[in-house]
Amino acid sequence: MSIITLGHGSGGKLTHNLIEDIFYKYFDNDILLQKNDSSILPKLEGKIAVTTDSFVINPIFFNGGDIGKLSVCGTVNDLAMSGAKPLYITVGFIIEEGFEIENLEKIVESISITAKNANVKIVAGDTKVVEKGSADKIYINTTGIGVIDKDIYLSGENAKPGDKIIISGSLGDHGVCIMSKRKNLEFDVSVKSDCNLLNELIEEILYTSNNVKVLRDPTRGGLATTLNEFASQSKRSISINEEDIPVKDEVRSMCEILGLDPLYIANEGKVVLIASKEDAQRVVEVMRKNPMGKDAQIIGEVLEDDKKIVSLKTDIGGTRLLSMPSGELLPRIC
Amino acid sequence: MKYVKEFRNPSLVKNMIKKIGSDVEREITIMEVCGTHTMSIFKSGIRDLIPSNIKLISGPGCPVCVTSQAYIDTAIELTKRDDVIITTFGDMLKVPGNNSSLQNEKALGRDIRMVYSPLDSLKIAKENPDREVIFLAVGFETTAPAIALSIKIASEENIKNYSILQSIKTMPETMKQLVLDEDIKIDGFLCPGHVSTVIGAKPYEFLANEFEVPAVIAGFESGDIAIGLYTLIEMIKNNTNEVKNVYSRFVKYEGSEKAISSIYEIFEESDAVWRGLGNISGTGLKLKQKYDSFNAETKLGINLLNDKPIKGCICGDILKGKKNPLQCKLFSKVCNPLNPIGACMVSEEGTCAAYYKYKNIG
Repeated sequence: MSIITLGHGSGGKLTHNLIEDIFYKYFDNDILLQKNDSSILPKLEGKIAVTTDSFVINPIFFNGGDIGKLSVCGTVNDLAMSGAKPLYITVGFIIEEGFEIENLEKIVESISITAKNANVKIVAGDTKVVEKGSADKIYINTTGIGVIDKDIYLSGENAKPGDKIIISGSLGDHGVCIMSKRKNLEFDVSVKSDCNLLNELIEEILYTSNNVKVLRDPTRGGLATTLNEFASQSKRSISINEEDIPVKDEVRSMCEILGLDPLYIANEGKVVLIASKEDAQRVVEVMRKNPMGKDAQIIGEVLEDDKKIVSLKTDIGGTRLLSMPSGELLPRIC
Repeated sequence: MKYVKEFRNPSLVKNMIKKIGSDVEREITIMEVCGTHTMSIFKSGIRDLIPSNIKLISGPGCPVCVTSQAYIDTAIELTKRDDVIITTFGDMLKVPGNNSSLQNEKALGRDIRMVYSPLDSLKIAKENPDREVIFLAVGFETTAPAIALSIKIASEENIKNYSILQSIKTMPETMKQLVLDEDIKIDGFLCPGHVSTVIGAKPYEFLANEFEVPAVIAGFESGDIAIGLYTLIEMIKNNTNEVKNVYSRFVKYEGSEKAISSIYEIFEESDAVWRGLGNISGTGLKLKQKYDSFNAETKLGINLLNDKPIKGCICGDILKGKKNPLQCKLFSKVCNPLNPIGACMVSEEGTCAAYYKYKNIG
């Protein structure tokens, strides 16, 4: 079994071998292969969007993806949420000494496939190796660059009373899939992470309507947190209907066992958006034609009142507040 | 999801809720003893759907909330020993002691591990034979059987580096204290569903027989709570004092014989200190003499520290249903889920946490 050693991060021969045998092999493209201290990109037309994110996840391989796929999807999706066309991505690795090279290769291959699917080029990278125990297996940072070539300005502050809230599909799949595989909690669930690229779906949404006000992927903190951000930016309240919110039975069951709420659980391949009342249904119909949006639903609307709260109409007609989560979500005792 | 969806059918539940207390004019006070009931009531919005003269108050049924600061302080002291690993249920991590919490101490590098079952602690003990693994044994009759089982296995397998810091509490006697308190006027109890799956319906009968307070054991779906409240109010209206069980799909009259015998094989009744309520005799469980080698206090020669009252905190009155969180000066200002001062804000299932989270009064 070949493993990563401190030598792989030393900048010497082992580093060189790692770069040649793994990174260049999978990330092969003309810009990366300039092999200079920095890669020179062609001139870009339009407004430039930049985003960065670090991926720290346990387990690193899960049902529906792995840390590599996640690190590309996360950054590509963040660019897409701003209305940008994702073009380039950089990848930085922090690897714990002792990590298996075979697993690194699997992750790198996954990054490469996902980047190709997203039509983005990996243009720069970096690898650091840290002593055993200083990191948990592998951390990945990705930075994405994209362009906004139309006059698009997406922001929660654009939302107006009467606008509709739309979600692309069921909630909590990623979070529950990850939690079910954590140490000491090996629940036997078949839920797959929804980790996926959304750039194509977003392109179709923005092509369909000029009245999409804001797009966001409800990752950490889930739908409830995203809607609270919208409420705060728009200075309006938001109301959603429990009966319209898609949650898989298995996700709901596991959340109930642990005392967690699916509306606060992370997603990695879902989009929440606000569209004008007039365009909302058309947007939903277009979304449903794309596999990433096949369960799209209007789930609520922006209200006239300016209290900036998010409330949920329960399926029996009651109302409850969906506040920002406080701290880490912890499972309850009984 | 069999036996779950049926109890969530929105149109059935809506119809049932319309009937709750619709013909009652006087004020009726019902205590839901269990924290999970409190959360379900808030979560489904039932509180706003029933007439305002039907007052629902939350009781002391959240194991995290009633764990004393002194207990947390003792656990924190133990984490300072290099030869100790503390294992705990997740929601205990946030509970504040007098100066810190296990979550803070974990961030400082103490070896505190979250487990989902006391049996996971045994695994950790086997993997770390040179260190003492101490499980923070809190909870009610619900968690007691699994804790008892962990002691039984540790004893049978001769695992010598496992012990518990005990603070297990029992429910019915505590409900008696609430009934005896003249400042609280409880017309009926919604009995704790999870606890009842273990102890059954029988232990609550004294409430109806001796104190003329009716009680209903209900589950946690909106339909369960609706039928529980309806049944209870019908009894109150008709002056019928009985204990009824509308959670019969899980709760039997005699409870779970296996779970009860597993508890009392290992534990015996004792006094217990409840955060906010003080010492209540006969409401705790302690290890039998035979199993005292698994008692962290005697094994490590430690004594639980003393509780100090928290200035301005009215959790005691909230846990008894005498006051609600809005009557507390600390609520939402100094005391909030990110900085819980009092017991009821600590757990997701505490009364103050529920008010803060679901009622926009934070």
